[in-house]
Amino acid sequence: MSLSALFIQLLNGLASASSLFLVAAGLSIIFGITRIVNFAHGSLYMLGIYTAYSLVQTFGGGMLGFWGGVLCAGIVVGLFGALVERLLLRRLYHAPELLQLLATFALVLIVRDFALWIWGPEDLLGPRAPGLAGAVAIAGREFPQYDLFLIALGPVVLLLLWLLLTRTRWGTLVRAATEDREMAGALGVNQAWLFTSVFALGSFLAGLGGAVQIPREPAVLTMDLTILSDVFVVVVVGGMGSIPGAFLAAVLIGVIKAFCIGIGNVSLFGLDFSFSKLTLVIEFVVMAVVLAFRPWGLLGRRQGLPRGAAPVEAPLHLPSTGMLKALAAMLALLALLPFVSDRYTLVLLTDILVFALFAVSLHFIMGPAGMHSFGHAAYFGLGAYAAALLLKHAVPMELALALAPLGGGLAALFFGWFCVRLSGVYLAMLTLAFAQIAWSVVYQWDDFTGGSNGLVGIWPAPWLASGSAFYYLALVLCAAAVLLLWRLVYTPFGYALRACRDSPLRADAIGIDVRRQQWLGFALAGLFAGLAGAIYAFSKGSISPDSLSIPRSVDGLVMVLMGGIQTLTGAVAGAAVFTWLQDVITRQTEFWRALLGAVILFLLLAFPQGIAGFLRERWEARAGRSDG
Amino acid sequence: MIARRTVLLGTAALAMAAAFSGPAAAQGTIKIGEMNSYKVFPAFLEPYKKGWELALDEINAAGGVLGRKLEVVSRDDQGNPGEAVRVAEELLTRENVAFLVGTFPSNVGLAVADFAKQKKVLFIAAEPLTDKIVWQDGNKYTFRLRPSTYMQTAMLIPEAVKLKKKRWAIVYPNYEYGQSATAAFKELLKKAQPDVEFVTEQAPALGKIEAGAVVQALADAKPDAIFSSLFAGDLAKFVREGQTRGLFKNRVVFNLLGGEPEYLDPLKQDTPVGWYVTGYPWQSINTPEHKKFLAAYQKKYNDYPRLGSIVGYAMLMSAADAIKKATSLDQEKLVAAMKGLQVDTPLGKITYRALDHQSTMGAYVGRLDLKDGKGVMTAFHFADGAKYLPSDAEVRKMRPAD
Repeated sequence: MSLSALFIQLLNGLASASSLFLVAAGLSIIFGITRIVNFAHGSLYMLGIYTAYSLVQTFGGGMLGFWGGVLCAGIVVGLFGALVERLLLRRLYHAPELLQLLATFALVLIVRDFALWIWGPEDLLGPRAPGLAGAVAIAGREFPQYDLFLIALGPVVLLLLWLLLTRTRWGTLVRAATEDREMAGALGVNQAWLFTSVFALGSFLAGLGGAVQIPREPAVLTMDLTILSDVFVVVVVGGMGSIPGAFLAAVLIGVIKAFCIGIGNVSLFGLDFSFSKLTLVIEFVVMAVVLAFRPWGLLGRRQGLPRGAAPVEAPLHLPSTGMLKALAAMLALLALLPFVSDRYTLVLLTDILVFALFAVSLHFIMGPAGMHSFGHAAYFGLGAYAAALLLKHAVPMELALALAPLGGGLAALFFGWFCVRLSGVYLAMLTLAFAQIAWSVVYQWDDFTGGSNGLVGIWPAPWLASGSAFYYLALVLCAAAVLLLWRLVYTPFGYALRACRDSPLRADAIGIDVRRQQWLGFALAGLFAGLAGAIYAFSKGSISPDSLSIPRSVDGLVMVLMGGIQTLTGAVAGAAVFTWLQDVITRQTEFWRALLGAVILFLLLAFPQGIAGFLRERWEARAGRSDG
Repeated sequence: MIARRTVLLGTAALAMAAAFSGPAAAQGTIKIGEMNSYKVFPAFLEPYKKGWELALDEINAAGGVLGRKLEVVSRDDQGNPGEAVRVAEELLTRENVAFLVGTFPSNVGLAVADFAKQKKVLFIAAEPLTDKIVWQDGNKYTFRLRPSTYMQTAMLIPEAVKLKKKRWAIVYPNYEYGQSATAAFKELLKKAQPDVEFVTEQAPALGKIEAGAVVQALADAKPDAIFSSLFAGDLAKFVREGQTRGLFKNRVVFNLLGGEPEYLDPLKQDTPVGWYVTGYPWQSINTPEHKKFLAAYQKKYNDYPRLGSIVGYAMLMSAADAIKKATSLDQEKLVAAMKGLQVDTPLGKITYRALDHQSTMGAYVGRLDLKDGKGVMTAFHFADGAKYLPSDAEVRKMRPAD
């Protein structure tokens, strides 16, 4: 790459960094004050670009029409955000942590179907910006005028936000609440109003970030999730809650990407390497490296633990005899089911069993161990691929199934070593980064993993293929694994894990090696997720990179949260309800996503403690033991 | 107490069985199980659905097949192979469909194809473009309608060879379709024009192209010509950046699928004039079979067809003709009927080759032009799919025996 080419690629990187920064700044502000991990932030971005498209069409593409349309789109999305905060999220501030995440996930589903309904399926390419439609000659190349505008926009917004946060009373209050929410409340700051206004500002920035993209890219229905992972990366690399950090990270990632593209193919020592292909995963590699050296991002600071937002988690009690009897009855029921049901019921139940084990393994690290993983699908998928690859290399199916969980377990052992050094959202994002890196390797390695197509022909041995044999195999393995994981929670190992979650300092003081404890817990969860993945692969006969992608990880999170993170059985209930709902709802209506989102929201508002949590409360109330 | 518990258990089991089982099958119709990723690729699949719904109307208006009405049970597979396999199972066991049709992404198509092989059920893959579904991973029960990545790439080669451009740059979405298209293009062009040079390759992630940087990198390689297999949002971004930065000035560009209305129409005024593309110029196809289809489609929907509409229509017509020819719903007879089956489609007569189960459906090859602010194809000709396949010996070498 010549020097002038390098310079132009630098400008390209800066131009794409700007819009990313706007969206990321919004997410960062929202997280800083409300501690909400807003999955719907990408949807706000998408609404921004669609709204801007419609408004510019309506106003006409003139100077005023275009810029007015872009700005109005941001405002509309800001108002929408405020509405969401007031009508929905406000009801959930006192619910157990991370539950807001589930609400925003439901919003993603609803917004996407809403956009499809309003704007239709076709991609919508907006007009060029009036006055900035052409190109200027820089370093002997044509460079778009609009990109120069974007390069300037980023720093301007950064400056404005800085002024807003440091020079106004509102900004002071926001910073105070970010620092210590309860203290700000105790001093008489109207939190309700503050939260709404912050959410509106964050949404406005996301909407504006989308709106300014209309001269550069079409509005498409999948852009909500595409941008979401990028924005999370930017916010975390920069340090959660730090606006300058977000700017720095956006620039870093934008420029590194542009350079990768600029470098293209390189031959080193006879080996061809494509930097262009590296763009698939480069932002996650950057994030993993940054977090390995700076656990709170580039400009982030160690977070104080959020106090008192939700009631302190009650210690887990050993299950009552009634509970055990109910579990035994449930198992007996599942064992008898093949005698009365049709074949499809067993297929669906096999899926439910697999996802129940997956969700329980995720719950094991999220609940008792207190480590939130956003990338748990990696271990599920690697288990599945291990099974498939062993089978392809002539290992008998039974042995492949027995060995495959090690694929998930060993990967978790390796990745976990890094992850347990972090905490909170940073840990969650590092698990996500590792999952994406694992995904991209599987996705790219055509000769070994089958690349994006995956592998086919992974069927169970003949004696398992017929009738209900595979169902029984899944039932025995999943039930045994789930019971084992539950039992583990009540062993000294499990008690130590819970101690590390509740008070790392005290755990350390009584001689528990906190990191090693968490590390082993992490690896164990990976092992069981790998088992779930291996059973899944054999039940489907094929496996592709979807099985370790972000949506699969999110499904796991949704199951755990729907069931109730504070109960052991919650993950099973969540997996059953979510899988069953998906199966039923996709058949009901064309707009099944929105319906699924609405059902999740309903469940969330009706049972903020989760389905199993709700059942437990009722159970305890009936048994007259609701005093605790 | 024990008796009561047993009764409770039994009742609960029955209740569960009832909760999980679907509606009873309607009598008298022949059901086809259709599945697709409707919510993941709506731009292509909404017209596709309209296409098969039109075909269904026509088939049933003409008396159905084997004296019975045809019924399509359609499901959303969420673009995920695991879900698709479950949906396929549901269609077969609950809905008792005669066989399976549909799917869009290659990984889903391959997963369902393998499922069909395992269950010994006919599967007509409508959309997936991957070469593997009929070649490396081909099986006895799977047939594919659309011209594959290889075929469509091969259709562009004669035009590329004519131009005698030496330095080629390539850009493709980084997954199987883009990789196969690139590999086929390089191989076929090199064979026809040994002095060709491939100066750079860009492989942006699907749906995430950094168009400015990619356009710059391509321009810096100073190619004479560009081969692209981008589509949808990636294509629109690439076109706009390329126009602004003058990448396409005095350069020949070939874009696979670029003339399909699904991807061409969003470009509007930005349509890059002069590009060589494969596609579907619905406005100006003057064959009687297409005119008839166009009139019926516009009458029913008050909208114009996209390529997806053709695929949906031809898919269901193939299914109906297969049943007619087999005069039975027996899977082996259906598979035997599909081999060499001839179907009339809006794009002319197609044949499902007995050799590799690929249909000979073709595509239009032409150049892009701008008319009344909209993109159209001009100077196009119809490329018959049968002429753009490797030799039988080569196919036999790639495809495992049934």
